[in-house]
Amino acid sequence: MTTSDVPAKVAGSQVAGEVVAPAVPPSASNEEEAPRDVKPKNNRAWWLVLPVVVSVAFTAVIPLMTVVNFSVQDVFTPTDRIFVGLDWFRSVTRDPEVRAAFLRTLMFSAQVLIIEIPLGVLLAVCMPRRGAWVSVALVVVALPLLIPWNVVGTIWQIFARGDIGLGGWVVNNVLGINFNYTLDSTDAWITVLAMDVWHWTPLVALLAYAGLRSIPEPYFQAAQIDGASAWATFRHVQLPRLRGVLTIAILLRFMDSFMIYTEPFVVTGGGPGNATSFLSILLSKIAVGQFDLGPAGAFSLLYFLIVQIACYVFFTVLTRSGR
Amino acid sequence: MADITLEGVGHSYDGGRTHALNPMTWTWSDGRAYALLGPSGCGKTTLLNIISGLITPSQGRVLLGGRDVTGLPPVARNIAQVFQFPVLYEEMSVYDNLAFPLRNRKYPKAEVDERVRKVARLLGLEEHLRRRSRRLDPGRQQIVSLGRGLVRSEVAAVLLDEPLTVIGPALKWTLRSKLKEIHRDTGHTLIYVTHDQTEALTFADEVVVLKDGAIVQSGEPAELFLSPAHEFVGHFIGSPGMNVLDAAVERGIVRVGSALVGRAVGDDGALPDGPVRLGVRPEFVRISPFPRSPGLRAGVTGVDRMGSYHLVHARAAGGDLVAKTDPGEHGTAEHLHFERAYLFRDQIRCGTLAALEGSGA
Amino acid sequence: MALRLDGVRVRQRGEVWLDDINLELTSGMTTLIGPLAAGKTTLMRVIAGLHTPTDGRVVVNGEDVTSVPVRKRSVAFVYQRFINYPSLTVYENIASPLRLAAGFPRKDVDGRVRDVAELMGIADLLERRPAELSGGQQQRTAIARALARPVDVLLLDEPLANLDYKLREQLRADLKAMFQDSRGTVVYSTSDPAEALMFAAPTVVLGEGRVQHVGDVARMYDRPPSLAVAATLSDPPLNLLPGVVNEGRLECLGVPLSTPGTHFFGDDMVLGIRPHQVTIERTRPGQIEFPAEIRLAEVTGSTTFLHLLLAGRRHLVAQLPGTQLFTPGEPAVAYVDPAHILIFSGTGELVADTATEVDLHG
Repeated sequence: MTTSDVPAKVAGSQVAGEVVAPAVPPSASNEEEAPRDVKPKNNRAWWLVLPVVVSVAFTAVIPLMTVVNFSVQDVFTPTDRIFVGLDWFRSVTRDPEVRAAFLRTLMFSAQVLIIEIPLGVLLAVCMPRRGAWVSVALVVVALPLLIPWNVVGTIWQIFARGDIGLGGWVVNNVLGINFNYTLDSTDAWITVLAMDVWHWTPLVALLAYAGLRSIPEPYFQAAQIDGASAWATFRHVQLPRLRGVLTIAILLRFMDSFMIYTEPFVVTGGGPGNATSFLSILLSKIAVGQFDLGPAGAFSLLYFLIVQIACYVFFTVLTRSGR
Repeated sequence: MADITLEGVGHSYDGGRTHALNPMTWTWSDGRAYALLGPSGCGKTTLLNIISGLITPSQGRVLLGGRDVTGLPPVARNIAQVFQFPVLYEEMSVYDNLAFPLRNRKYPKAEVDERVRKVARLLGLEEHLRRRSRRLDPGRQQIVSLGRGLVRSEVAAVLLDEPLTVIGPALKWTLRSKLKEIHRDTGHTLIYVTHDQTEALTFADEVVVLKDGAIVQSGEPAELFLSPAHEFVGHFIGSPGMNVLDAAVERGIVRVGSALVGRAVGDDGALPDGPVRLGVRPEFVRISPFPRSPGLRAGVTGVDRMGSYHLVHARAAGGDLVAKTDPGEHGTAEHLHFERAYLFRDQIRCGTLAALEGSGA
Repeated sequence: MALRLDGVRVRQRGEVWLDDINLELTSGMTTLIGPLAAGKTTLMRVIAGLHTPTDGRVVVNGEDVTSVPVRKRSVAFVYQRFINYPSLTVYENIASPLRLAAGFPRKDVDGRVRDVAELMGIADLLERRPAELSGGQQQRTAIARALARPVDVLLLDEPLANLDYKLREQLRADLKAMFQDSRGTVVYSTSDPAEALMFAAPTVVLGEGRVQHVGDVARMYDRPPSLAVAATLSDPPLNLLPGVVNEGRLECLGVPLSTPGTHFFGDDMVLGIRPHQVTIERTRPGQIEFPAEIRLAEVTGSTTFLHLLLAGRRHLVAQLPGTQLFTPGEPAVAYVDPAHILIFSGTGELVADTATEVDLHG
């Protein structure tokens, strides 16, 4: 919620950075000058923000307050409740099941980032910079992004099956590896991870591609003349200028993967055992399955806090190191 | 180090329908400082990129010391290039930026250090070596880019594409003469692209004037100034450019309207009758109270006081002229005397103007 | 039409961009000259109403307009980068401010567009789009758009800085002619002394966010009140040499400048010598001689810039007429008329009377 304005700030600083960048006159001549020092002339514009404030209040603040409300009470019936203070928070943080799910989710997010960010950048670097193939490449890469979450889950649920799914069949019969995600917890984990990589690497790739395209041609020409290898060009020309978009990509991918729910729910339902039961799946089990609103409320708030803090840390570290 | 020869080199960006650069044969001699001067869109950057290898010409061959390098990438050519805007490896320090071209070519560490420090000293970057390059002001960033071009001593040529665009006027003067001194000391071949004639003329041993993808004239700065071979050179070099009047040659006499201006002296024998254009630089227009040939009757219409000189505007029968004079030496004179004037036909110079016989020189 | 700035100050992110600006701009043209980062653009933006000053007031015809938004002011602005609507033709680009202006009669739009296009020399390009134009033509279009609607204040922020040298020369002559009889206020900012001198308009010299001087540009050039003004108005740059006061006598690198009878007081001085006032042959009696070593000669054909080294450490540039050839490393003598030496105090003000004093004796 409040995290959503963080990427916007990153984008802003990126734009400011580009002003100094070499602009090739013919194409640059039509751009608006960046009005970096415009100040509001009067305060009437604040009224325009009002609808947003109201809608955010209804969609975010009020539900959040409800959750806070639940998290500090023990609710028996809608009219019968006791104030319990921080008891639920204490019990949730001590719950071994929650702790295990937390570590599992953290591990999942870490793996997602480690795989998707480099892979996305690699894809972007390999995509053509100009010509007729640009649009083809963009459509092909973007395809997985256009599919709804639950459909992605369904696709992979079938695809990874050893009997009727192409992927599962190939692994079992061609590669000769015994693979069954419904029975083996490692297989289940790999399936969910592969699904996430397939679904979301394109997002990273597209962001990185946009970032790469904004690098002016003379930078590549200078690198050629300086005798830089392809790796050195990537390391010293492309990567430094991807910092902005990669910050956004990392934030988005962390938040999304840390809160992943639909896909594993559809594919594995959190199983086998607890192998793929991430925080979100556990939370919905407690809240909807067992209707333990108190612990679920405390759990939600902690969950929310963790995401906030992690995003803040990522953002600070990534932007600091750029200075 | 070696000569760079272009053999019938031309380039078209649209498969031959129009030429950004018309096919030309040209040699850049080893160790000279050249300026490539022309208005924007005349093909000077294209020409530069062909030499460095960033562009493969659509026709012709590029020879580096007799070796055909037409298809070779920039790395294989040993040419350095500096761009119009600072191009830096922003996350690196100034030192690392300067060392980058050397490290890529696997120079020994001690030599890298020595050269980086030498270039830094030449360009006044010594105190900034440890700073991160993106934190410098744009002018200094450009000096770092310049340093990267100069750090390799064995390069065949250093190409500079309007390198002083982002630099403030005062620093421009310092850097330009510094570049000239560096050239004298290192003996690199330098090719300097610019649209600024002061930059081109003060910098180069030889100025090559480019217009619409073709070389119009080349020569020493003084030569281009004193005897333009093309109307465009007269206009483009010199500030303000050459005055041009429509005139006609009749039996060896040049007329502007009904006025007899002077005697036509053809560059190759007598000049046939017909229309010509009379060109005279503002520096060679003298204002005098009495007629003096070659010259023209005119009235002063205004004066721009430019500090170190004055621009006197005058109206004559054939059109308006400008005279560049020392401050305070003009009156309300009625005559213009041309110390040096040229005649052009179809833009090409065909003769000069001399005094009419019997009216003194 | 009178525009006044009262104690305008702009502070941004802890830095002072403009400090204590008091200016009175009347109808007609005013040139605003200053080096890079002097605050020219910020000052123009304050005048336009694009930027609200931290302190101070902007007063138009006696009315405080400091917080009136730019939309409600009669202002046009031309930027250094050519800004046009890329999807509109030149005609539509010029017509757009007229169509948006309340009270501009519809039927007059066409005539006005064609008039302005004629004036800017782009009448035959009206059907083209900006991308199909050269830089000079694009900037002409941008200026034409600013001129189309009659405004009280027209601001041009280094409009020629991004153009080729030759185009700049042409356009500045055109602009001078155009603004000569303008009824509104035209403010033209530049960092090129030649432009300011050419326009010969009342000139404001800005430096480090402050007004350094206001006045007639040619007079300012001849007798700069301060080092900052002299430096801003000199291209090629002013030669600066140290002046040492020794028992009432002024010396420069061991060469005495003042004749007996002239007394200097106080601290050391800074001497400014314009390159075109240095010769290497004696042209008049009474010239001061500086022994020098030739470093470098830059020849343009019409001019030779000779770089000299004085006393083995001070750089001096002489601007000599015509083509003259020199050998680096050889000795030479630089001659300067004492009347042409600008003497500034250590804090940069012109030591006004000494110049004439020296002149009398020289």
